[in-house]
Amino acid sequence: MTAVSLTVNGKPVSADVEDRTLLVYFLREHLRLTGTHIGCDTSQCGACVVHVNGRAVKSCTMFVAQAEGANVTTIEGLAKDGKLHPVQEAFRENHGLQCGFCTPGMIMSAVDIIARGRATDRQTIREELEGNICRCTGYHNIVSSIEDAAKKMGAA
Amino acid sequence: MIPYQFTYHRPKSLAEAEKLFSSDAKFLAGGQTLIPTMKMRLASPSTLIDISGLPELSFIRAGGDAVVIGAGTKHFDVANSADVKRAIPALAHTAEEIGDPAVRYMGTLGGSLANNDPAADYPAAALGLGATIKTTNRSIAADDFFTGMFSTALNDGEIITEVSFPVPERAAYAKFPNPASRYAMAGVFVAKTKHGVRVAVTGAAPCVFRVKEMEAALAKNFTPDAVAKISVPADGMNSDIHGSAEYRAHLVSVMARRAVEAALKS
Repeated sequence: MTAVSLTVNGKPVSADVEDRTLLVYFLREHLRLTGTHIGCDTSQCGACVVHVNGRAVKSCTMFVAQAEGANVTTIEGLAKDGKLHPVQEAFRENHGLQCGFCTPGMIMSAVDIIARGRATDRQTIREELEGNICRCTGYHNIVSSIEDAAKKMGAA
Repeated sequence: MIPYQFTYHRPKSLAEAEKLFSSDAKFLAGGQTLIPTMKMRLASPSTLIDISGLPELSFIRAGGDAVVIGAGTKHFDVANSADVKRAIPALAHTAEEIGDPAVRYMGTLGGSLANNDPAADYPAAALGLGATIKTTNRSIAADDFFTGMFSTALNDGEIITEVSFPVPERAAYAKFPNPASRYAMAGVFVAKTKHGVRVAVTGAAPCVFRVKEMEAALAKNFTPDAVAKISVPADGMNSDIHGSAEYRAHLVSVMARRAVEAALKS
């Protein structure tokens, strides 16, 4: 067992976990933050993307012990004071989801893409989404959502 | 989910990491290959020694005639380093070609080289630039480092600490990614240095390799035409559902030509 302490969505959390506990299982099963999804569990689909110290990473491909002391933001931590994050709002406005399974990962990746200044055009957004797979193949509106959010956030 | 129990250690220094090593332990660098491998039970170390957070392994030093990069430096940080982009833009580009953005935030230079995946990008840059790989015990020339599929000259418990990439006159990396996996079907790194030309190929065969015939031709005449007609033998190339050995051999010539074109524009 390993003792871990980290900050999740602004709140400090501590727990004793099995050494093999992946960050995504810690979020979902220990903290009951089930917005972060497990899709492929093999680092390909990106449904599990969360931010660790501001970087969008696949939470199925790191141990929670590696996040010791880190600042983690999940999809549940994006909205502030009951108001959706501009990227969440853009996905809603642009119908950027079909079944919705990939959406949390898409949005967490999108926030990172916009922050890095890479939401400049549709082709670049598509390239940046290389690690996020939509099983409905609904990419068109996902790209539109990110493009729209970037414009509204003044980042494109 | 990892289907078995193991013990995780996070040492505070390289010296402590070395001390923790035992015969069935593995070092965890970025984990982007090791963790999926453990999930599929292709590896089942009893102990993981996490060296991903060691500050002494994470740095980029550019200056003089080499760029020296700490083995724990993430692909994202190499791809976006102003120093690397200025000194060896082809190296920054190679890092940018690895995996996807989320993987590049976690994956490390040392991890990629130590793993030596037949389709990995960094081995092509290391071999193509004639890098020197420094470990906890010694320095190893890239020419002696990559010994076969998923195997290297590293001994058990030996950790890569930094890699020194000589600054070339010009260089470029051209990769033909598999359309689904994005792994290299063939990737060619070409470098023109004051000591000659080096051509390193990844993805096409079980291990990264140099093409001496192309190097000799490019040393005389550094143009795309010089390599376009040189073919490598299909014998020994990878052959799978994604492409035959002949197809991959053909790709090597095509990507070599594209790499030279790109190097001339760099």
